[in-house]
Amino acid sequence: MKEISCKLLVIGAGPGGYVCAIRAGQLGVDTVIVEAGKPGGTCLNVGCIPSKALIHAAEEFEKVAHMAGGKSPLGISVSAPVLDLGKTVAWKDGIVSRLNSGVAGLLKKAGVKTVHGWATFRDGKTVEVETETGSQVIRAETIVIATGSAPVELSFLPFGGPVISSTDALALSAVPKKLAVVGGGYIGLELGMAFAKMGADVTVVEALPRVLAQYDAELTRPVVKRLAALGIEVMTGAKAKGLSTKGDALLVETADGKNAKVAADKILVTVGRKPVTEGWGLDQIDLDMAGKFIKIDDQCRSSMRGIFAIGDVTGEPMLAHRAMAQGEMVAEIVAGHKRSWDKRSIPAVCFTDPELVTAGLSPEEAKAQGEIKIGLFPFAANGRAMTKLGEDGFVRVVARADNHLVLGIQAVGQGVSELAASFGLALEMGARLEDIAGTIHAHPTQGEGFQEAALKALGHALHI
Amino acid sequence: MGEHIIKLPDVGEGVAEAELVEWHVKIGDIVREDTVLAAVMTDKATVEIPSPVDGEILWLGAEIGDTVAIGSPIVRLKVAGEGNVKPQSGEVEAVAAEPPTKLPTPKPESAAPSAKAPPKVAAPETKSAPAVSKSTGRPSVSGAPRPEGEKPLASPAVRLRAREAGIDLRQVAGSGPAGRIGHEDIEAFLARGPQVAKASGLARNDAVEDIKVVGLRRKIAEKMTLSKSRIPHITYVEEIDVTALEDLRAALNKEKRADRPKLTLLPFLMRAMVKAIADQPQLNSLFDDEAGIIHQHGGIHIGIAAQTPSGLVVPVVKHAEARDIWDCGAEVNRLAEAAKSGTATRDELSGSTITITSLGAMGGIATTPVINHPEVAIIGVNKMMVRPMWDGTQFIPRKMMNLSSSFDHRVIDGWDAAVFVQRIKALLETPALIFVD
Repeated sequence: MKEISCKLLVIGAGPGGYVCAIRAGQLGVDTVIVEAGKPGGTCLNVGCIPSKALIHAAEEFEKVAHMAGGKSPLGISVSAPVLDLGKTVAWKDGIVSRLNSGVAGLLKKAGVKTVHGWATFRDGKTVEVETETGSQVIRAETIVIATGSAPVELSFLPFGGPVISSTDALALSAVPKKLAVVGGGYIGLELGMAFAKMGADVTVVEALPRVLAQYDAELTRPVVKRLAALGIEVMTGAKAKGLSTKGDALLVETADGKNAKVAADKILVTVGRKPVTEGWGLDQIDLDMAGKFIKIDDQCRSSMRGIFAIGDVTGEPMLAHRAMAQGEMVAEIVAGHKRSWDKRSIPAVCFTDPELVTAGLSPEEAKAQGEIKIGLFPFAANGRAMTKLGEDGFVRVVARADNHLVLGIQAVGQGVSELAASFGLALEMGARLEDIAGTIHAHPTQGEGFQEAALKALGHALHI
Repeated sequence: MGEHIIKLPDVGEGVAEAELVEWHVKIGDIVREDTVLAAVMTDKATVEIPSPVDGEILWLGAEIGDTVAIGSPIVRLKVAGEGNVKPQSGEVEAVAAEPPTKLPTPKPESAAPSAKAPPKVAAPETKSAPAVSKSTGRPSVSGAPRPEGEKPLASPAVRLRAREAGIDLRQVAGSGPAGRIGHEDIEAFLARGPQVAKASGLARNDAVEDIKVVGLRRKIAEKMTLSKSRIPHITYVEEIDVTALEDLRAALNKEKRADRPKLTLLPFLMRAMVKAIADQPQLNSLFDDEAGIIHQHGGIHIGIAAQTPSGLVVPVVKHAEARDIWDCGAEVNRLAEAAKSGTATRDELSGSTITITSLGAMGGIATTPVINHPEVAIIGVNKMMVRPMWDGTQFIPRKMMNLSSSFDHRVIDGWDAAVFVQRIKALLETPALIFVD
């Protein structure tokens, strides 16, 4: 059996793991990374990137389809478009593949050794990897667990046949005629809306009283309106019960307790994600857990000396950029720098139509801490939004009433995902309303809405 | 629309004034009938003042810590309808302009914003050491410059610089807007004492906090001053072997009925005191030194000093002489709960004739209890612990507990004090005697 030793071993080459390895490599740490699949993890292979590719394709298709109906206010008309989903998926795979090799290249450039295979802990310092060429034992001074998360399966709707996970949905070769989506969270709605735009007849089944329940109702209202405009039926307070015997429908218990059937040739289950804590020998090292997640401190250290954990396996929010920030921090700690987690905000983006961005505290959370001021600026009063046919939505700024420190920023609207950068920056820098109001925001952009929202909170918005 | 003035109601028997300890509302608040407006404290209990009407707060007539006479106006409300004040009559102006005695000058609602929000609690005022950074007229502070629990405000680059330098940002004052810490603040902090800052995260703290002594704390302070300045204390410490008592207590708790409380040591001590007082009734007295009279009470009302989140209070188990051990235990539990949750009444917090104080849970081998004026004796319970005792031939482990007891030496001689404690000792060491009539 082959054996190698290193200073740092990273298990999992998702966004957390590969960033950790690259940064460690840059800092001259002797680093090995183990990955059974392709580099990039969920995010790059079956998550963020491919889903956004598909969402973009669906948006383009819907735009053209809209023009084909002769309804475009832009005065453009085209003949009916045709979608070849197989080709779309191939294009998407091309992007993923380019990024895969990009990550592999970056790891190599940073001097990181990549081992392909499935890693299993033997003890707190030793990992055994099943590779194509046999077993490989890796001994490391420090190990970083970055095993990520996987879609949650429902026992009464196991994946297979017409029941698909988000991963499967990104690899469909044809648009389903009727698609039932179980779970009205952000993954379900992002994909459900994309398939609806591509021509699928979509029904969303959500057990809670409303979709996107982690956001406040004011923020999600434009999305709910758009769901209706896209012809997506949303069943809230409804529970999925199973697959019909013929396998052509989803059995549902509606909000009023009645049984219903939702005809579907594909049933997409997006009820959440769970940390991957099995299959790699967690039992061999017996780490303290925080619920189903690995318990970590503010340096991402687990309960065992020399073992760190980062990313989805350590808890919410399960977001790639949180994992990346943790990965970078851990690499620097391993290299001997003084670091600890002191981030003020982890912005979250939901790529529905319109898009949602949140950073920092919601108005409710902020209110719990004391008196607040809220400034809300609608895109209906924003020139750039009008020229893009995207007047629905707004930017909302939440600040402390006494010193105007900005506590949270939210936006809903077309293309607002790109505003996440300035929202995150404002919070991380400790901006006050006056700082945002006093920053020149380029005209004509939707970003002006951010400045106006701050001005509104200060009581002197200029354009409303 | 009219105005309604709320006067401080009579909050308890024979009380002429009360201390304002908390405002629950501020100027501009809309209140409904029964909304709690304020809390005042009499010499024992805290009483909430509810609003008798719906309306908007226009004026608050006292600050936290002020002593307010019963019947003084404390709140002025804008109400629908006529209210109880005719604005034309000039009475409102009179109220605003001529506050009742002991009230501070009320702040009109048109004053600066700060006047609109009286502090809900006695907020600590931080006095700062001289400024260290170049200030532009802004107050600059050193030491812990922000309220506890509030995160320091700084950009990521500043946070990184601080971490690299081993500086705890919580100790650094921010000279920027909203107290934001900039690079120059870090440099100033380092320049002030690099050896301190760099040492081991041990930062020097020059902050001085001025905390107004109000509410219960003030009552405790006054009471203790009175006790210690008036009463010449004598303290007597004796150790007691409670091994047998602990065995009995365990047995009783094991066999106890569902409707009975779990017994602590306290009920046994109370019963022992009742028996000892039967022999020495002068210990159960209140000494009115001004009149030169000792009021020797027949009823034994035992105060139990209890620590609560807001401070020391002394709920009273009334007529301990008429309660059996279970009853004593149940009453102690009930009163302790009421004291902790702040729901104990004035009556439950007054009228004791002798007091027990216990710091046993905290350890310590002896204390010097302060007599609960105008009583003449207090029994202090120290921690029970297993100690090796010499039985004449060998050391054996025994459960030992000290009692530290103080007496008013003006009326209780050392000899009497010792007799009293020795009697309690005998009873507790042979607990069957407690039950023998």
